[in-house]
Formats: sequence, C-alpha cells, structure tokens
Amino acid sequence: MEVVGVTPLGRRGVNVIQEVGRASIMLGQFLLSLKDFPYSIRLYIQQVYYLGVRSLPLIAIISVFVGAVSAWQGAYQFSFIGAPLRFLGQAVGKAVVIELAPVLSAIVFAGRVGAGISAELGTMRVTEQIDALESMGISPIRYLVQPRILACVTMVPFLVVFANFIAIMGAMAVAVLGVNVSVETFLNGFRSSFRLQDFINGEIKAAVFGFVIGLVGCYEGFNTSGGAHGVGQATTTSVVVSSVLILVFNFIFALLLFRF
Amino acid sequence: MENNVCVEFVDVRKAFGAQPVLDGVSFKVSRGESVAIIGRSGSGKSVMLKHIIRLMSPDSGRVLYGGQDLAETPDHELVEVRRKIGMLFQSAALFDSMSVRDNVGLGLRESRRYKKQEIERIVAEKLRMVGLEEAGSKYPSELSGGMRKRVGLARAIANDPDVLLYDEPTTGLDPVTADVIDDLIVELNTKLSVTSIVVTHDMKSAFKIARRVIMLYQTKIWFDGTPKELQESKDPVLQQFITGSAIGPIRM
Repeated sequence: MEVVGVTPLGRRGVNVIQEVGRASIMLGQFLLSLKDFPYSIRLYIQQVYYLGVRSLPLIAIISVFVGAVSAWQGAYQFSFIGAPLRFLGQAVGKAVVIELAPVLSAIVFAGRVGAGISAELGTMRVTEQIDALESMGISPIRYLVQPRILACVTMVPFLVVFANFIAIMGAMAVAVLGVNVSVETFLNGFRSSFRLQDFINGEIKAAVFGFVIGLVGCYEGFNTSGGAHGVGQATTTSVVVSSVLILVFNFIFALLLFRF
Repeated sequence: MENNVCVEFVDVRKAFGAQPVLDGVSFKVSRGESVAIIGRSGSGKSVMLKHIIRLMSPDSGRVLYGGQDLAETPDHELVEVRRKIGMLFQSAALFDSMSVRDNVGLGLRESRRYKKQEIERIVAEKLRMVGLEEAGSKYPSELSGGMRKRVGLARAIANDPDVLLYDEPTTGLDPVTADVIDDLIVELNTKLSVTSIVVTHDMKSAFKIARRVIMLYQTKIWFDGTPKELQESKDPVLQQFITGSAIGPIRM
C-alpha cells in the first residue's frame, strides 16, 4: 500500500542523490581534462575577461554599499552599548574581511556569472551545439567546462581582494563623513585587528565558492532539456543551488577555520 | 565482403523511460553507400543517427564502426572515429558566438594538426564547395536557414570525413532551397566519395539522394531496399508514407 506523501518524498530523495552523482561524474571529467589545460589557455583567458574582469563594476558597487552600511550600523550599535567609536574600524574590518566580502561577492557572482554560464551552456545544449562539438571530436568538458570552472575558481578570490578594499573605503567614507571618526582612528582600528590569517581564510572560502558556482553553473547548463523554458529553469536552479551551497559551505568554514 | 562494412547495428534496443524507440534494429551500411533512413517524426531516426557517433549508446545490442564496437572504444580512440564522421545537424547547430569561418575551421584548429594558413585554405575551399565563399566573416544569426545548413555542411566536411550523417537536411527549408541542398549532398557524395546516411521524412529528397532506403516504423525496420522497390511495393504502410496520406494503417 502506498503511504500518501512518503512516496513523492522518497522519489525526491532519489533524484537528489542521482543529481549529486551526475555532478560528481562531471567533476571527475573536469579534473581529468586538466591535463589538457595548455590547449585551453586561450579559452581560459577569454573567460577570465568575461566572467571576472567584467564583474568588477558590479562588485565595486555592492562592496561600497556593504562597507558603508556596516560602518553606519556599527556606529548605531556602538551607541547602545556605549562602545568607543575608535573600535569602529576594527569591527567593520573584521566583518568585511571574514564574512561580508567573500560571501556577498560570491552570491552576487552566482547571480551574474553562474546564471550566465547556465543560460549559455543550456542554450548550446538545446540547440545541439554541445552535440556538434562532441561530433567533431572536441571534448565539451575541456572546451566549455574547464575554462569556465577555472575562471570562477581564480576570479572570485581576485574579486574578493578588490571587494575588501572597496568595502573598507566605503566604510571609512561613512565613518569620516557621517560618524565623525578621523581617518587615522579608523585605519588604526582596522590595522590593530587585521590578521593575515583571516584574509587568507577569506580567500580560501572565495576559491571554494568560485568552484561551486562554476561547477553548478556548468552542470545545470549541460543538463538542460526542452527549449526556452528549460533554459530559464536551468538558470534559476543554478543560482538557487549555488547560493544555498555557498551559505552552507560558509557555515562549515566558520566552524573549521575560525576556532576560538 | 565483411571488411567493406562501415556502420553496423546489431539488435540495437533503446528506450526513453518506458517508451521503446528502437527495438531490435539490425542493419549494415557498406562503404560508399548512400542510404536514406525514413520514418515518421519521433520514430527514432535521429536517435539512430546519434548512436553512430556515440552521442547516445544503446540499452542493449551493439553499434559498430569499421567493425569496432563503439561501446568498447576508449575515449581517445572515439575522438579519432568522430573525426572520420561528419554530421549535419537538424538545426545546423552552428556555434553562434563564432563567425562562419571559425565554425568551419574549429575542428581543424582543435585537432592541432594544421598550421594557421592551411586551416584558412581548407576553410575557404569548403566554403567554396557549398557556395558561400563570401560569407566567411558573417555570424550565424545573420544567415538564412538554407545558408546555415550549407555552413553546417561545410563544417561537416572540413575534416574530409569518410562518412557523412545528415539529420533532416531539408526540414524547414522552402522547396527550392531544399532542392539546392539535395543537389549539394549528391554532388558532395560523388566528389568526396563518402558513405552517407541521411535521415529524412522528405520523400522527394530521399529518392534523389539515396540508392537505398530504410524505413523505421513502430520501433523496427519495416523496409530495407532500393528506392525503386519502395515505390513498387504494395505494402499499405509504405504506400501511405510515400504518398503522404492521412488515410491508411499509420495512425496518429
């Protein structure tokens, strides 16, 4: 006898396991394809430009406001607990370097780049362009997936460095102009709390987030079926899955890397 | 002559979910033959074609190329097999981010066997063969349906393949353009002396291109013979299909 509600749940579970399995196969194929990296350098550089360099303006806008609002909200909190404002640079700096810059940059990157990868590869799938590549003896994994994942893995950490800098600048602008903290006080606070290890941990997270975005984006694109609707669905799923994975991985990283 | 067999299907079965598409399909195609595979839309013709270059694999049975079982062919050898086979896709499947010239030259470039000038020369030659020498710097979105098919054809023959697979080469084209494509296929077959397998439901095209016709019907091979035998056949299914009638044993 079928128990109502349980069977669909079981089917869902099986589906998820299947998808994880298929994504792992793609991961394996990607790793194997790395031996042919020298032949894909040109494609990789192209993707670095499209995915990475072109994300700079968006990341800059996001970062300046993230920094600005952290400084303002920090000062607001400080006013309640009576903490001196010379600690503002310290508090904001920590928050930006450890969490805000890596996580928000990654989520924005997933929305811009992950979605773009899925839409592009999804369209190539439904118009048989991926089949055409294969029929010509060209590995779509090496030709399409490898340069995109590599560009994500290398460009998210790069963007996070940039995001750190812009966010701190944004925070300092608000601290100086809106909260009456001097530039020296703000920077001294930031410097006194800055630990290189925090920054490195942020970069490690960023690389992993980039990898997740690239792999999920390519996987969803490759497994697109049915025309325009399928492409739309793949794009949405790609952003949702990578965003959730970024937050889950971020929590795991917090437990592993930032111990007290 | 066994060694003359180019493509062979041995009891191939393929299903999508519970829906069988090919159910025990066996046939051989010899070198130099031109075969049309006909059948209704959704009868598994394209699926059959995709098995020949292992874009799909059978659930059971074997697909052989030059006597070699494709399922057992390691990936690096499969690349070599695929380079010997050119395929024209139904929608042409041109890479829309690349110019016509880059589309045609991609396979040559990626094989890393040719110098730049050689590739340029070969691309120009193939574009001339399909009558598009002027269109090299255009992008697929700027081309008409017939031109796209011709670029797809130039791309399929770029590597001087032994076998050409055509997936509905005339579908979606006006009758005149369709006939131009048919002529081009016949011309290429004689000029390049390739083996060609054409999937189509355009009977006029099938009769013009092929010297042998295979009809897929209800997941099996229903007919395998010359176009003349097909036309003279009294089989009601065949008659209904070639005359394109709604009345007969073939039901929606």
